[in-house]
Amino acid sequence: MKQLMLGNEAVARGLWEAGVRLVSSYPGTPSTEITEFAAKYENDIYAEWAPNEKVALEVALGAAIGGGRSFCAMKHVGLNVAADPLFVSAYTGINGGMLIGVADDPGMHSSQNEQDSRHYAIAAKLPMLEPSDSADCLNFTKAAYAISEQFDTPVLLRTSTRVAHSQSVVELSDREDVPLRDYVKDPSKYVMMPAYARGRHVTVEKRLAALREFAETTELNRIERGADNKIGIITAGTCYNYARECFGDSVSYLKLGLINPMPAKKILDFAASVERVIVIEELDEVIESYCRALGIAVDGHNILPNIGEYSTELLAEKLLGKLPEFDVLEDAIPPRPPVLCPGCPQRGFFYVLSKLKLYVSGDIGCYTLGAGQPLCAMDTTLCMGASISALHGFNKVRGEENKSVAIIGDSTFMHSGMTGLVDITYNQGKSTVIVVDNSITGMTGHQQNPCTGLTLQNKPTYAVSIEAVCAAAGIAEEHIRVVDPYNMSEVERVLKEELAAECPSVIICRRPCALLKYVKAQPALTVKADKCRSCRACMKIGCPCISMQNGKAHIDGALCVGCGVCEQLCKFDAIGGADA
Amino acid sequence: MNIMIVGVGGQGSLLASRILGRAALDAGYAVKVSEVHGMSQRGGSVVTYVKYGETVDAPLICRGEADVILSFEQLEAARWLPYLRRGGTVVTSTQSINPMPVVTGAAVYPDDLVNKIRAKGVKIVAADTLAIAREAGSEKAANVALIGLAGEVLGFSDEALRAAVTACVPPKFTEVNLRAYSLGTQNR
Repeated sequence: MKQLMLGNEAVARGLWEAGVRLVSSYPGTPSTEITEFAAKYENDIYAEWAPNEKVALEVALGAAIGGGRSFCAMKHVGLNVAADPLFVSAYTGINGGMLIGVADDPGMHSSQNEQDSRHYAIAAKLPMLEPSDSADCLNFTKAAYAISEQFDTPVLLRTSTRVAHSQSVVELSDREDVPLRDYVKDPSKYVMMPAYARGRHVTVEKRLAALREFAETTELNRIERGADNKIGIITAGTCYNYARECFGDSVSYLKLGLINPMPAKKILDFAASVERVIVIEELDEVIESYCRALGIAVDGHNILPNIGEYSTELLAEKLLGKLPEFDVLEDAIPPRPPVLCPGCPQRGFFYVLSKLKLYVSGDIGCYTLGAGQPLCAMDTTLCMGASISALHGFNKVRGEENKSVAIIGDSTFMHSGMTGLVDITYNQGKSTVIVVDNSITGMTGHQQNPCTGLTLQNKPTYAVSIEAVCAAAGIAEEHIRVVDPYNMSEVERVLKEELAAECPSVIICRRPCALLKYVKAQPALTVKADKCRSCRACMKIGCPCISMQNGKAHIDGALCVGCGVCEQLCKFDAIGGADA
Repeated sequence: MNIMIVGVGGQGSLLASRILGRAALDAGYAVKVSEVHGMSQRGGSVVTYVKYGETVDAPLICRGEADVILSFEQLEAARWLPYLRRGGTVVTSTQSINPMPVVTGAAVYPDDLVNKIRAKGVKIVAADTLAIAREAGSEKAANVALIGLAGEVLGFSDEALRAAVTACVPPKFTEVNLRAYSLGTQNR
C-alpha cells in the first residue's frame, strides 16, 4: 500500500515494521513527531517521553541489552546531552537491535546552533545512515536494525529538517515478528570498567573494519550512471534531491546511504570513472575530507558554503552559473519574527523583568522569544538547563544576586535545570531562579513532561512536584514562592522580596499555556477610545493583538484571549471587558 | 506543479497542504510536501511547499519557480512573491495581520498590496476568505475557502479538490468545509 508520509512518520512506521518494542525520547524540533507517531502503535510499541536525551538513550540501551529492539530520538543538540551513553554503547554493543535517531537543523529553523551530527558517528565509531526522503526513512530504519544485530552495535540515523518535515510517498509492509532475545549475563561485554573496556575497544575496532567491508557492498550506497562521464557527484541525504533537481540524468551520482563508515574502494572507483568529482553535502566537509584523504581531487566547499541550508537554487547558481528570474515589489516588506502568543503567561512577567532592568539568564523554550522586541528581557540563552548554572557562575564573580535572575521552563527544569539548582544550594549561592511552569513542553508543539501528570499517550500518571524538588535541593520553604504571572503587581512584589533575600530562592510562575485545549479564553478586551491618551503603555508588552489605529490603542477581538495584562498597564482605565 | 502555501503561523496551512497532497496522490502523481514545525509557527511567517508531477526531486521550491502562491495574508503574498515564476498566479486572502515590527511602530505595513502585485503584471486573485468562511459557518474553514478561490489554477478539477477536502477533514466538519469551498469558487 502506498501512502504520503512525513519523514518522521515514516521512521515511526519503520520502527513498527521492524518489530521495535521500546521508544524513549525527549522532544526536539525537528525530531519530535517520530515518537508521537510511534506512540500510536500502542499495542506493539511501548513509547515514553524521558526527562532528557541522556536518560532516553540509556533507557533504549537498557532495552536493547534486555533483548528487545529499541529506539530513541533527539535533535542534534540532544545528542550532546546523550553523548556519554552514546560513546559507551559502542563498547557494550547490543543484544536486541538499537537505533538512535538524530535530526540536524541546517539553517537553524528552530535551534541554537548548526552542528553536524556526523562527527559523532565518526568519534563514537558507530555506523550512521542518512535517508533522503520518506521512503528512505522507512527502509533505512528497517535496514538499520539488521545492521545493528549483524554487527552487534547501536546504529545512528541522521535526518535533517527537510527530510524529517517533508512528506513523500512510502510503500507499507507488515510488522516483522521479532522475538525477545535471551539475556545472558556477560560482565566482560556490559560492565565497562577498565579491565573489560580494554577488551571491548579491540572489538570496536574489529567491528569498524567489518563495517568498512560491508559499506563496499551494501545497497544503501548506490551508483546512478548519467549520460556521460564528465561529472560525478558524491552526496547524501536531502542534498541528493537538490543535486538531482539541478543536474538531472546528465551526471553520475554516488548516493551514500551509509555515511559512516564510508566505502573507500567504491568511492575511489567512482572517482576514477568520471572526469570531475563534486561533493555536495550541507554543513561540514565530512565526505569531502574523506575523499581528499583517499587522494581524490574533489570540488565541494571550495565552491559551496558550510553555513546554512542548501537548495537547488544555490547549486544552480554556484555550479551552473544560473540565476533565477522573478518579480519583487519596491515596498520594504517588514519581517515577521515569531512572537509570544496572545495570552502567553510569560508576557507580563517578562515586562516586569525588563522594567526592573534585571540581568536575565535565559534558557531554551518558547520564553526565549522574550528576548525579542519590545520586551528584550533576556541577557543569555545557551543550552538546555544553563540558565540556573550560568547565573550561579555570573553571581559568583559579580556578586549581583539582588539584580539578576534565571528563567527556565517546567520541562527544561526537569531536563537539566534541577542539577544547577543543587549546585547553587550546595555551594552556598544566593541566586533567584524563576521556573515558568506552563504545564507543557510548549516550543516543540505541546508534549507532556514529568510535571504535567500525563504520559506521552495523555494517560494520567504521577506528576513530579517542582516545589518538592526545590525543597529537596535545599531551598527554604518560605523562599519557594508560587505566583500567577497574569498578576503583575504580585509578580513584582514577590520578585523584589526574593531578590533582596540573603539566600537562594525559587519563584514558580504557574499558569498553563494559553494554547492548551482545556484553557478557556476569557472574553476579548476592548479600548474605550475616549479614555485612551495614546501613551502606548499597553504596547510595551509586545502583544500581537494591540495596535494603534487612528492614534488610539486598538485590540483585535479575534486574537485577544482576555488575559488582562494590558489592562494592568493602562493608567487611564481605557482598557476593559467588552461592556467597558 | 509547484504550489507554495504562505501565511502566519496558526492559520491552517498544514491542512491546506494535506488537501493538495491528497488530491495529487489521488490523481496518480509523485508528490512531495515540505513543512516547517516548531518555533516558527508562533506568529511568524510560515511557508509550505507542495510539488507534484511525474517525478519530484527536491521538496523545496526556489525563487522564480512557483506556479501558484496560495496566501492566507496579504503581506505574506508580497514577501514570497519572488518565488513565483513569470506567468504564475497569486491567490490571496485580503486579510492583513500586523507583524511585531509594525505593532511596535518600527516598520510600516505597505498599503494597496494586491494592486501593486497586479501592477507587476502578475495574475492575482484576491478575496476575503475569512469572511467567506464565516458565511459558510466557521472561520476555521478559511483555508478551504482559499483553495476554493484558487480551484483549477492548482491543476485539479473542483470535483477532485472537493473529494480531497472530504478525505482530509473530520466527518463532522465536512459540510461546513464544502460550503466554504463552494463560496470560495463564487469569488474567483
